[in-house]
Order: sequence, then structure tokens, then C-alpha cells
Amino acid sequence: MTWTAGIDIGSTYTKAVIARDGEIAGRALEPTGFRLAAVAEAALARALEQAGIGRGDVEYTVATGFGRHQVDLSDAQVTDLTAAARGANAIFPGTRTILDVGGQTMKAIRIGAGAKVESFRLNDKCAAGTGAFLEKTARYMGFGTAEIGPLVATSKDSVPISGVCAVFAESEVINQLSQGAAPADIMHGAIVSLVGRAVQLMKRVRMEPEFTLVGGILRFERMIDVVRQELSSEVNVAPGDLVQFTAAYGAALLGLSRLRKLRGQSVATEAAA
Amino acid sequence: MAYAAGVDVGSTQTKAVIIGEDRRIAARSLMETGSNVVRAAEQAFAAALRAGDLREEEVEFVVGTGYGRYKVTFGNTQVTEISCHGRGAVHMFPRTRTVVDMGGQDTKAIRVAPGGEIVDFCMNDKCAAGTGRFLGAASAALDIPLSELGPTALRGERPVKITTTCTVFAESEVLSWLGKGKKIEDILLGVHQSIAMRSAGLLRRVGVEEEVTFTGGVARNVAMIRTLEERLGVRLNVSEESHYMGALGAALFALDHVQASRAPAAAARRAG
Repeated sequence: MTWTAGIDIGSTYTKAVIARDGEIAGRALEPTGFRLAAVAEAALARALEQAGIGRGDVEYTVATGFGRHQVDLSDAQVTDLTAAARGANAIFPGTRTILDVGGQTMKAIRIGAGAKVESFRLNDKCAAGTGAFLEKTARYMGFGTAEIGPLVATSKDSVPISGVCAVFAESEVINQLSQGAAPADIMHGAIVSLVGRAVQLMKRVRMEPEFTLVGGILRFERMIDVVRQELSSEVNVAPGDLVQFTAAYGAALLGLSRLRKLRGQSVATEAAA
Repeated sequence: MAYAAGVDVGSTQTKAVIIGEDRRIAARSLMETGSNVVRAAEQAFAAALRAGDLREEEVEFVVGTGYGRYKVTFGNTQVTEISCHGRGAVHMFPRTRTVVDMGGQDTKAIRVAPGGEIVDFCMNDKCAAGTGRFLGAASAALDIPLSELGPTALRGERPVKITTTCTVFAESEVLSWLGKGKKIEDILLGVHQSIAMRSAGLLRRVGVEEEVTFTGGVARNVAMIRTLEERLGVRLNVSEESHYMGALGAALFALDHVQASRAPAAAARRAG
């Protein structure tokens, strides 16, 4: 039995996955905040507890995400692109294009055989194309991030929201509210606008099906519906909160591959000696 | 004496200025715009009337300006804030050729001719990067009132380099610098330099010709004045009334109407 760990230190959430022979045995999520090392430790500790093992049982740990270089509990670091590609490929082997929407980033990744990254585009400069846009829109109307899903589920129509700037969205939202638009419909409009941006990014990597969605914000049913409509295609979405752990899982799997390679080398070295 | 008023409904604050025929400011007021834009305009005007001990009938013409100018329901007409800031700046500093107006969520660069007519202008209408909102984000992140940001930043010695473009992400960057142990003074100086850099870019698109007058709410910020002067390499005209420049310009346009018609516009307004 081989235990590996993947830790994805994202701008908004830090995710940890414990894998037993490549199968998820424990996972935990913590808001990232600004003490990255402490947060990574906390997420890892909870994931270990869920898996029912101790820190010493983990043979290899891989960190990914924007904060991967600021924690020292890993054996190796990989980019979030590589980790998301590996995770998406493991959950949906037919994946060719990944849309990963995080709290402060949006990425479109096209992958080939063996989960190799062939092309990618990312936006981490402008909040209008990231999860922060939806969070801000919700907050302007007095809703928290966790309420976005339930809120938009009640939408009957979508109110056009330009989505050009997350700051300017505030005036737009206030105007729409004062004209009597329903918060659910405004939220729906913000989602349509965000997905529009996502599709532009995906076009730039010359997207091919199958499409796999990654990132916590993409777990909302209405969000997935809008992506399906805009792409005129089915999309893969990992069940439950797994969609949020895809990159962390990918990191744990990359850890297992590294470990097997290292073992192969050491066996070969021993054989040669 | 006849009076004229300008009401500048900005994204963040609403300003009202009442002037007499002598073109001097008789009264002014300022309030948060909030979500009820119509009421903010009414209240700002009422507060200015109270401040000047004037009755509404004495004000013969009202011009609305700012992004909410069409919500000034009691106004006689509307003029864009570009024209009003140009007019106000030239009135206050007659040698003005370039105006930089920094408000709550937009920054404008305006070139004016000697008579105050607008020659060219440029504004950030797609993105809030480098606007007053950037200061708002820093204020929220560091829990320091807006009015203290400037004086605090001026104490900075080794400014951090702010790499974030987006105002939304700036808040996280400010906190991460704090987490890395940087001094608040140095972080804030970096924030001001970053805004100055973006504003200077906007100004260069219309061409910077002296004298340059700094208007809008952010013109009250001493560090913004200094970093912008350093970046542009010119001195800026700043007055106590910089914040009211748009409303003042609107009031001057209103006074033109009063003087041109000499008809009792207030009576016409009452008649509907």
C-alpha cells in the first residue's frame, strides 16, 4: 500500500488530498488567507485524519497552486496546469480541454495523450474573468459565496451584466436592483458573462471535446448548464466537491508516479550493484 | 442677487455648489451617493441651500453632472462631467491646459483650450485599475480611513512594488505584503505610486500640457499629489475646492443660463 499527498495552495482555498495507491482516501479544504504554511499544514492534517493515517505513512507529497513554493512540507512542486491536467485525466480519461475557474484565476488547458499539456491560456490579471467576479456580484447584493448556487437556482431569466470590470459591476448591479431586477436573475447574468469570457479563453487554446470543468465555482448546476449551452456540448464535472480537488488529486497522483520512478531507479541501482 | 447651482452626482459621493452672480461659491455640500441616487442629489442640494441660508426660489438654474446627472430630477439641464471639470478647473486656475480628475471609480485626463473648451479627453471606462477605488481597497485591507492614507504613505521610505493590475486583487496583494512584514507606510507609498503610474499613462494619451490641475475627491490626498507630480515631472494646481470642481463647473454653466435668459427660470421650473 502506497500513500501519497497532493496539496493545492490556491489564491482563495487550500486543498489537500491523501491517496492510497492512487485512490482518494482523504481530502480537506481550508480558506488560504495569508499564512500559507500554517494553512497547508492544517489542510493536510485534516485530510490525514480522514484517511486514518499519520504523517509518517505518506511517502511522497507534491504541492501545486500559486503558493506551492511558500510551503516546505512537500517533496516536489508542479504547476497548477500539470496538476489539473493529471487530475482531470484520472477522473475523466477522455478529457482534451479543461476549464479551470479559481478564485483569482481562469485557465483553459488543452491536453494530449498521457495528460500532457499542449496549450494553455490564463487570466490572472483581471477579476472580471475569475470566480472573484461572481463573489463580488453576490456581495454587492448582500449574499455570500456559498449562497451563489442556491440563489441562481431560483433564476427565471438572466439580466444582462456587462462583466467588463468587477468594480464597475457594482454600479450595474445597483442600477439593476433599483429597476426591480431579481438578485437571482442578476447573478445568472453575471454567470453568463463569466462563461462568455471562459469560452473566449477556450477558443484560444483551440478546444476539443471532451471538456472537463475544474474549480469550486463550477459545481453550481446553473453554471454547468450555461457552460453546456455556450459550448453546445456535454461537459464532464466531477461529482460533489471533487471538482474543487481535481488539481490536488492530480498532485497526489504525480507524487505516486514520481515515487514509482524513484523506486524503479533504486531497484535498478541495487541490481547493478 | 441671483444664484445658480451645480449638482455633481458621482459614483461614490454627490457634491452640490451654489454660486452667486459674482461667480463666488456661496455654499456647498457633500454626501455619500449610496444606492438612492435621486435622493442623494436632492439631499445634497438641500444641504447646500441650508449651508448658504438660501431658499430654493433664489436659485434660478440648476445643472446636473456626474454619472448620475439624469437622476438630478429637479435640475434644469445636464452637462457631462468632462465639460464641468474642465470649466471648473479653468475658472479656479485660468492657465489650466490639462485636467486630471480622480474620482471614486474613474480617472479622467482632459485637455482644455485657453477658453476652457474641451480639446480632448481620455478615461478608464473599461477597468477600475488605478482609480480611487484602488485606494478604497487599500483602506479596507489595512483598516485605515481614506483620509489618513496620504499622510501615512508620505512617511514611507522604501515603497513596495505593487504588481497587481486589478483593483479587486489589490486588496489581497496589500495583505500579502503586510504578511511578509512590510511596513504599512511603504505599502501605501507603493499603492500611490502604482496609481500615479496608471494615471500618468492616461494623461500622456491626451498629452500633458502645463498648467496641470488636479480635481476630484482624490485630489485631497497629499501622497497622490506628490507621487503624481514626481511621475509627471510637473507641479499640479490643487485647491481646497478640487473636490467640488465638477459641481462648480456645473454651477458656472447654470449661471450662463441665468445670465443669458434673465428670465426667471425658477418660476418656469415651478410651473413645470
